[in-house]
Amino acid sequence: MNEQTPILSVSDARVRFGEVVALDGVSLALSAGECIGLVGHNGAGKSTLVGILNGGLVPQEGRVEVSGKAAVQTAGWDVATARALGLRCVFQELSLCPNLTVAENARLMHEGLAGGAWRARARALVSKTLDEIFPGHGIDPRATVSMLPIARRQMVEIALAFCDAGTPPGIVILDEPTSSLDAGIARQLLDHVRRFVAAGGTVILISHILSEILNTATRIVVMKDGRVVADRPAAEFTQAGLVTAMGTAGREQARRLEGKGRGEVILTHAPAVGLPFEISRGEVVGLAGLAGHGQTELLRALHGRLSPEWRAHADPKVAYVAGDRRLDGVFDLWSIRRNLTVGALPDLLRRGLVQPEAEDRAAADWKARIGIRTPDMGLPILSLSGGNQQKVLFARALLTRAPLILMDDPMRGVDVGTKQEVYEIIRAEAEKGRSFVWYSTEMEEMELCDRVLVFRDGGIVAELTGASITEEAILAASFLGAA
Amino acid sequence: MRLTPDMIRLAVPFLALAVLLAGVFWLQPRAMTYSGLNLLFNLAVPIALATLAQMFIISVNDLDLSMGAFVSFVACVTATFLNDAPLVGALILLASIGAYAALGVIIHVRQLPAIVVTLGMSFVWTGLAVMILPSPGGAAPDWIRSLMTVRPPFVPMAIVASVLIALVAHLIIARSTLGVLIRGVGGNERSVARAGWSVLRARAAAYALAALFAVLAGMALVGLTTAADANIALRYTLLSIAGVILGGGEFVGGRVSAVGAVVGALTLALAGSFLSFLRLSPDWQIGAQGAILILVLALRLGLDAMERRRMRA
Repeated sequence: MNEQTPILSVSDARVRFGEVVALDGVSLALSAGECIGLVGHNGAGKSTLVGILNGGLVPQEGRVEVSGKAAVQTAGWDVATARALGLRCVFQELSLCPNLTVAENARLMHEGLAGGAWRARARALVSKTLDEIFPGHGIDPRATVSMLPIARRQMVEIALAFCDAGTPPGIVILDEPTSSLDAGIARQLLDHVRRFVAAGGTVILISHILSEILNTATRIVVMKDGRVVADRPAAEFTQAGLVTAMGTAGREQARRLEGKGRGEVILTHAPAVGLPFEISRGEVVGLAGLAGHGQTELLRALHGRLSPEWRAHADPKVAYVAGDRRLDGVFDLWSIRRNLTVGALPDLLRRGLVQPEAEDRAAADWKARIGIRTPDMGLPILSLSGGNQQKVLFARALLTRAPLILMDDPMRGVDVGTKQEVYEIIRAEAEKGRSFVWYSTEMEEMELCDRVLVFRDGGIVAELTGASITEEAILAASFLGAA
Repeated sequence: MRLTPDMIRLAVPFLALAVLLAGVFWLQPRAMTYSGLNLLFNLAVPIALATLAQMFIISVNDLDLSMGAFVSFVACVTATFLNDAPLVGALILLASIGAYAALGVIIHVRQLPAIVVTLGMSFVWTGLAVMILPSPGGAAPDWIRSLMTVRPPFVPMAIVASVLIALVAHLIIARSTLGVLIRGVGGNERSVARAGWSVLRARAAAYALAALFAVLAGMALVGLTTAADANIALRYTLLSIAGVILGGGEFVGGRVSAVGAVVGALTLALAGSFLSFLRLSPDWQIGAQGAILILVLALRLGLDAMERRRMRA
C-alpha cells in the first residue's frame, strides 16, 4: 500500500443516540484508489459511520477533514458539500423515487443535468453508465421505477451513483449493494468496482457476503460496538479471520437461562425457506443473524398463525412484544395503566364493561413486579423513559395468559440496568412454563437462550443449543451460512 | 408503441368521459352543437383549474380541504377589488399566493398534518370572503368577462381552455425539473433530501403553484357568473379531490397526471348534466354522482389488479 494523503478522513468521531453509543471514537481515512471493505455485526456502527461520511449526520465529537483542510464539524460538512466532492451513496434500502422514471431520478440525483433538453441527456447518461457496469442490462431509462423488478431498481441506483454528470464520482459508498442481485450481475458490479478503483476512485463496500469483501477490497475495516477493531490490508484476512475479528475475545460468558431440558412441544413451524423448528414448553428460543434476514417476518407469521382474525379470545395462544415502540408498541395518548392492560382486557371485564378496580389491581401488581419507575400509573405513557416504556410493553404481554411470547428485538435502545431486570423476569416466567421466541440483534442476549436459530437470506440456516451457542458460532453461521 | 400501465391508467378517465358524453348526446342530440358543448362544459373550466390546484398539493402527499373556500375568496376579491381597483386586487391575490407558500412552509417545518391546517384555513378564507362581500354581488371585470365568453371558430371556448390549461399544467408537473422535484417529494422525500435538494422549498413551490391555479379558478368562475358570493365555490373542495383521483392520481406517492385531472374534472361536471338530462330528481343527483364515481374507480382498481398480476408474472 502506498502512503497517500487521505482525500477524506474522519477522526475520533463520537455519536450517541440517547442512551446508546453508536460510535465511540472512530477514525477512518480514505485515499484515492482504494476499496475499503467495511464489516461488522448489527449495531457495530457501520451505518452511523456512513451517515457521517455522506454528510447526513453530524458527530457530537470529532472532525471530518477534506484533503487536509479541516472542515469544521458543525458547518462545513453537509450533504451538498459531500456531493460536490463526488461522494455518492447507494443505501441498503432502495432510495429511488418509485413514481418517477429512471431518467427523472437521474435528474434529481445530478445537479449537472440541469438545463434544456435534460430528459434526452439524462436518458443517454443513464444508458451509457448502465452499459458500462451491467452490459446487456435491458433497462429502458423511460420506465417508471416502480414498474421495474427489485434487482433492476438496485442496478439503476448503482448506475446513478457511478454516473458522471459534471461532477465525476470520487468516493462511492455501497451499502449491501448485492443483496438483491443474482450472482452474475453481482460479479459485473464487483468487476466495475475494481476497474473504478484501479482508475483512482475510492469505494467503501459494505456487505455480509465476506467472499465479496475479500475478493474486492484492498483494505478491510472491521467494526464492533462503535469502534474500529481492525484496519488492515485485505490480503492479511481470511474468512475465518474476519469472523473472529468481528467477535470479542475473552469476554465473560453471559449467565445462561437454566434450561430444564425440553418439555412437551407446543408448536412446530415449517417456514417456506430454511429449516423447520419446534418450540417446547418453558423454552427460550433465540432468533439470531443479521438484521432483515427474515426474523421479524417469522415472528409475524407465527403471530398471524396463532391469533384469531375476527375476535380476541380471553385465552390467547400468543402475545407479541413490539420492537419499534413508537411504530407498533405504545398508544401515545393513553396512560401507563391503559397501555399495560390493553392486551388482557377480556380478563378485566364484567358484563362487557372494563372494571376500573381490576385494571388498577393488575397495573399496580405489575408495577411492583417489573419495577416501572413512575409515581402514578395514570400518567401518560410518554412520561416514562424508553426503558420503562419497554417494561410496560413486556408487562402487557405477560399479563395475558398466552403460553407463548414473541419478542421482536425489544431491547433496542434500553439501558443496561433495565435489561438485567427484564432478563430476570423472562427467566422467572420461563421457569413457570411460558415459552419465548426472542429475536435480538445483541449477541449477549442470544447467549441467554436455550436454543438459537440463525437466519440468513430469509430462512433458518443453523440451530445451536446449549454450550454450542457462542458468539463465534452465531457469527460464522450468519456470515458463512450453515455452521 | 407498447401500452404502459400509466397510459392504461390515463385511459380510464377518457373512457368515462366518452361514455358520459355519448349518453348526453343520445338523451339530448341538441347538445352536439357549438353552443350546446359550450354550455355543457363552460362551468367545468374553473373546476378543472381547481382540480389542477389540488393536484399540486396531492403530489406532495398533502390534501387541501380549503380549496373551495379559497376559490370563493378569490372570486369575491375578483368581483370587488379587482374590478374597482385592479392594482389593489392584484396585490391581494399575489399576497394570497404568498400565504399558500407560507402554509406549505409551516406544514413542512412543524410537521403538521396538511388536512388539519387547511381545514382551519378554510374558515379563515370563508371569513375573509364574507367580510369582502357580505351578500352576493359585485361585478366581473370586463376583460375577464370577455375572455370567458370569447367565441373561437369551430371549437367552443370551454374545450379550447381545457386543452390549454391541461397542456400548461402537464408541462409544469410532468416535464419541468420543478415538477419532477415536486413529484419526487411525494414519491420518496428522503431520497430527494439525500440528493441535496431542499424539500422545504419544493413543498412551498407546490403550494404556491396550487394557489396560482386556484386564483385562476376563482377568476374564471367570476368571469362566467358575472358576480360572486362568499359560498360560491364551496363544493370545489370535494370536486377537486374527486377529479384528481378520477384522473388517475393517487392520494400518496406522487402519482398524478395533469391531463387526467382535467379530464376527471370534465367528467364530474358532465355527470351532473347527464343526470339532469335523465330527468333524475335533484334529490337523487348527488347519490347518483357518487355512484358514477364509484363505478369509475372500481374500473381503475380492476386495472390496477391486472397490472400487479402482470408485474408478478
